[in-house]
Amino acid sequence: MHDLIAITALGGSAPRVDRVADTTLTENPGIALASVAARMDQETTCRKHLKAVIGAVPGPGKVQLHDPEAGFWMGPDQWMVGAPFDTHEDLAAQLKARFGESASVTEQTDAWVCFDLRGDGMEAVMELLCNVNIRAMQTGDAQRTSIHHLGCFVLRRDPSDWVRILGPRASAGSLHHAILTAMKSAL
Amino acid sequence: MTQSNRLSGGQIDRNTTLKFTFDGKTYDGHPGDTLASALLANNVRLMGRSFKYHRPRGPLTAGSEEPNAIVELRSGDRQEPNTRATTAELYDGLVAKSQNRWPSLAFDAMAINDRFSNFLTAGFYYKTFMWPAAFWEKVYEPIIRKAAGLGSLSMQADPDAYDKGFRHCELLIVGAGPAGLMAALTAGRAGRDVILADEDFAMGGQLNSETFALNDAPALDWTTATVAELSSLPNVRLMPRTTVIGAFDHGIYGAVERISDHLETPPEGKPRQILWRIYTQKTLLCAGATERSIAFENNDRPGIMLASAIRTYANRWAATPAQRVTIFTNNDDGHRTAADLHAKHVNIAAVVDTRADAPFSSDYEVIKGAQVVDTKGRLGLTFAELRLANGESRTVECGALGVSGGWNPNVHLTCHQRGRPTWNEDLAAFVPGADLPPGMTVAGAADGTFSTHGALTSGANAAARILDIKPSDAPTTEDAAVRQTPFWFVEGCSRAWLDQQNDVTVKDVKLSHQEGFRSVEHLKRYTTLGMATDQGKTSNMGGLAIMAELVGKSIPEVGTTIFRPPYTPTAIGVLGGRMRGMDFHPTRLTPSHFWAKERGAVFVEVGNWLRAQWFPIAGETNWRASVDREVRATRNSVGVCDCTTLGKIDVQGTDAALFLNKVYCNGFAKLAVGKTRYGLMLREDGIAMDDGTAGRLAEDHFVVTTTTANAGKVYQHMEFVRQCLMPDADVQLISTTEAWAQYAVAGPNSRKLLQKIVDPAFDISNDGFPFMACGNITVCGGLRARLFRISFSGELAFEIAVPSRYGDALIRKLMAQGEEFDVTPYGTEALGVMRIEKGHAAGNELNGTTTALNLGMGRMVSKAKDSIGSKLSERAGLNEDGALAQVGIKPVNAADKITAGGHLMAATGPVDAKHDQGYVTSAAFSPSLDHMIGLGFLKDGGSRLGETMRLVSPVTDLTVEVEIVSAHFVDPEGERVRA
Repeated sequence: MHDLIAITALGGSAPRVDRVADTTLTENPGIALASVAARMDQETTCRKHLKAVIGAVPGPGKVQLHDPEAGFWMGPDQWMVGAPFDTHEDLAAQLKARFGESASVTEQTDAWVCFDLRGDGMEAVMELLCNVNIRAMQTGDAQRTSIHHLGCFVLRRDPSDWVRILGPRASAGSLHHAILTAMKSAL
Repeated sequence: MTQSNRLSGGQIDRNTTLKFTFDGKTYDGHPGDTLASALLANNVRLMGRSFKYHRPRGPLTAGSEEPNAIVELRSGDRQEPNTRATTAELYDGLVAKSQNRWPSLAFDAMAINDRFSNFLTAGFYYKTFMWPAAFWEKVYEPIIRKAAGLGSLSMQADPDAYDKGFRHCELLIVGAGPAGLMAALTAGRAGRDVILADEDFAMGGQLNSETFALNDAPALDWTTATVAELSSLPNVRLMPRTTVIGAFDHGIYGAVERISDHLETPPEGKPRQILWRIYTQKTLLCAGATERSIAFENNDRPGIMLASAIRTYANRWAATPAQRVTIFTNNDDGHRTAADLHAKHVNIAAVVDTRADAPFSSDYEVIKGAQVVDTKGRLGLTFAELRLANGESRTVECGALGVSGGWNPNVHLTCHQRGRPTWNEDLAAFVPGADLPPGMTVAGAADGTFSTHGALTSGANAAARILDIKPSDAPTTEDAAVRQTPFWFVEGCSRAWLDQQNDVTVKDVKLSHQEGFRSVEHLKRYTTLGMATDQGKTSNMGGLAIMAELVGKSIPEVGTTIFRPPYTPTAIGVLGGRMRGMDFHPTRLTPSHFWAKERGAVFVEVGNWLRAQWFPIAGETNWRASVDREVRATRNSVGVCDCTTLGKIDVQGTDAALFLNKVYCNGFAKLAVGKTRYGLMLREDGIAMDDGTAGRLAEDHFVVTTTTANAGKVYQHMEFVRQCLMPDADVQLISTTEAWAQYAVAGPNSRKLLQKIVDPAFDISNDGFPFMACGNITVCGGLRARLFRISFSGELAFEIAVPSRYGDALIRKLMAQGEEFDVTPYGTEALGVMRIEKGHAAGNELNGTTTALNLGMGRMVSKAKDSIGSKLSERAGLNEDGALAQVGIKPVNAADKITAGGHLMAATGPVDAKHDQGYVTSAAFSPSLDHMIGLGFLKDGGSRLGETMRLVSPVTDLTVEVEIVSAHFVDPEGERVRA
């Protein structure tokens, strides 16, 4: 066991939690991520593995919410798979072992900061942040969008007052500031 | 002061009194008032001075089309110029000042301009300030600029915030008057996703201004019940105080919501305004209509208003501009104003109707077939001069004159995508044309349906038609036929005002015609008609009508000017939103940022990244001391630099090597697993684009690094190549820049330090891990990591990467374990010095003009394969004898300075562009050599080592004797990197 102590994307030793009115923003460092991209002519095998791991093959704009591994569509024949960090820190290696030559797998865990925005005011906050049609977005929908000039993924979770925002980790502070500012403005 | 012109009734809350000041004087008003209505109630008609002639002016309208009652609102850093008193909601403590006057509103010295009006006609500036030409910039323009403008800026930063937001809907309804409300009811009751936006703070539109009944009850009852029902529907979003400012492409509408403008200061955390981008499938424009004026001599005195505005002030705000009012009309609507005022016990001096068959009233005198030809009153109307049907004159005493020339549909948004309105002969008005923005429908008065019942019904029917549903039943109400005959101006008038905000008169239009400016677009620009902040909402039609008569054409033949967004003046602040100051763009922080901050690092912005430039320690008084120390420490023992910011792109797939062979000009196919290679990317035109390294972690897996600044561009380029140029190749890309914290560990003791970090299972000796090796390793007892033996500094060096969350812990560990070697963190400045000492090209050299040949890497462009840019790098022009080649530059006199940007000239002879031999791209003080050094490009540089030249920089007045040397100042044989 190594002796390096992790910090969160916002630089803390524990995840940051902010509450405005009845809506909560939680930094979530507990997600391991890996991208899975089908190799050419291996798409069928890749999809078979993906279905076995997360229960379905999400199509464009969709996230498969599944325990412990979940995943969403990122591009043609390309998905992001997520799992609890505590049990799946080596997610990329695990997936590569399963997918073999059928997919290119890349560790993405620390490429992203993950924020969970949850509560009655979630939709009002999202309207100030990005052009996702949040009122039409359902549990199980996933969108790529721009928040404060940052390319982000927005996943609508279950229950539906909850979205997960994945943004570039290096800009975690800027993204957090933008979301919190929008919360104070909208709520 | 008492509210002497306050009437009975109205939609104001008389239980609460609000105090406000105008030009320092305190007045009372009530919630529900606007600044204009409260001032009128307090018998204040004079609210501003005109732009050019400084004529006294009062409000002309009761809405956003107002040209005259323009004031400075608030004080201090919140002072806002050019705010319409007619839309400013009254709040307790409101401070307003008149503008464009000196020393006071009642006595304005600049009103002298009015005396010189014969000189200050249209085109005055163009004609007068022609010569001498040299005077324009230095003399005329500053004077004109000083005199121009209406309000003044506070010259302080706006303390308030503005948001931007996005809303989506199925149906956007613009305007919550009778048509808009009925449309919203129809769509809302059917469960459809609707946004109803209105610029007013009270929904209802014209219904708020009228006294007639809806379903046998006051109109306000119906409006209140309707708004309440709509509010209860979750699928309907009501957006009062929201002006839809533009119809843009693809069903996107801009809308400004005023969140806190009606408050003294915005509540904590709340914005003043929000700029909404509304994405809608369908739009129903119910923007209503604007009453038009009639031009006659001196028709701009305070107290002369649109008749409907006087009616609105009386009915909605229980205020009248005067106790004795004359109406001048060419249609029945003017009579409605007279009747409503009479019912509120305002004295009607007369109703002057241009029509011989005007309706009769038993309550007041109606003068048929007559016209108002002139007025009197210095700071406010006192008398109206009439010309009767029989040609005789008559003077009527009055404090206000309501003018009604008919109504113009508000077609603006229908024309934002270059559509033109069409002329409706029956209404003598422009109505929406056939070429509407896609998805738009128009209903109500905006579509020329002027009766209230007609508007209600047309709104319901339009929504029903758009959504394929049943229309809701409209309430019963007035459904009077509209008689609207054109009457634009009184014969013989000259100083009759069309555009009151820009002081354009009938005479100016005539002059424009006389001087040949007959196209309506030329008329606009020559006279400035319609170019003020009100965009001519009350004036353009009058100008067109007069021009039509002058050129002998019909109004539709003359046509309108182009309507452009925004519909009403929009603050720059709301267009900027939150993107100001430190929030202008997001920042990117490396995983060691917080550690570097603790060490007192001085940061520099590189793209969005914040990178440590240097780490000052106690006793160092300038940056050079820190940088020199960091360089010496690295070269003598070991230094650590955060290089996380370099772009990292994961390239995988069975064709990964083939792919890299395409994007790099040098070969990668044969790179062994566990090896790294320097790579140069060319643009299609053969010019160098970016450089970096690619490490091969497996047969089908490479990690490409790019420069910090070009990471995004290179990724984009590689995606383009993958998707468009090599669609059949099996290759997958993804950025991993932020996934890994990466540190350069450089210097003769770097291996010793890393051996304390890297787990013992991994041999990083020179034999086990030679120069340019790479591989997956573990560190600190099992953490996955990557190690590359590459060197930018020219020293024995490694780059080590761990998952970002552990970057902070790793740098602290490196510092702790390196204590015995005096490990030193170094920043981008020391990094830059060392790469110049080593002769490595960077952004300064890859400057978009240089080729591989220029960079001394001509032979790297492989002829054994095809790569992007390789063919065009063979162009004759890029391969001439004596082409620029990278060289090193050192001063002959060691104390002399080398400047980047300086040019290289022969040791003797002229110094000019013709004799230019090359230029310096990078320069630094070399702590290793104890003098300044530089890199640059010199014609035929490779064969000129040892030559003495002059480095000249006319910009910094520098001329220095320099020697051309090898670009590799330190360890030219490369022994250190291989140690």
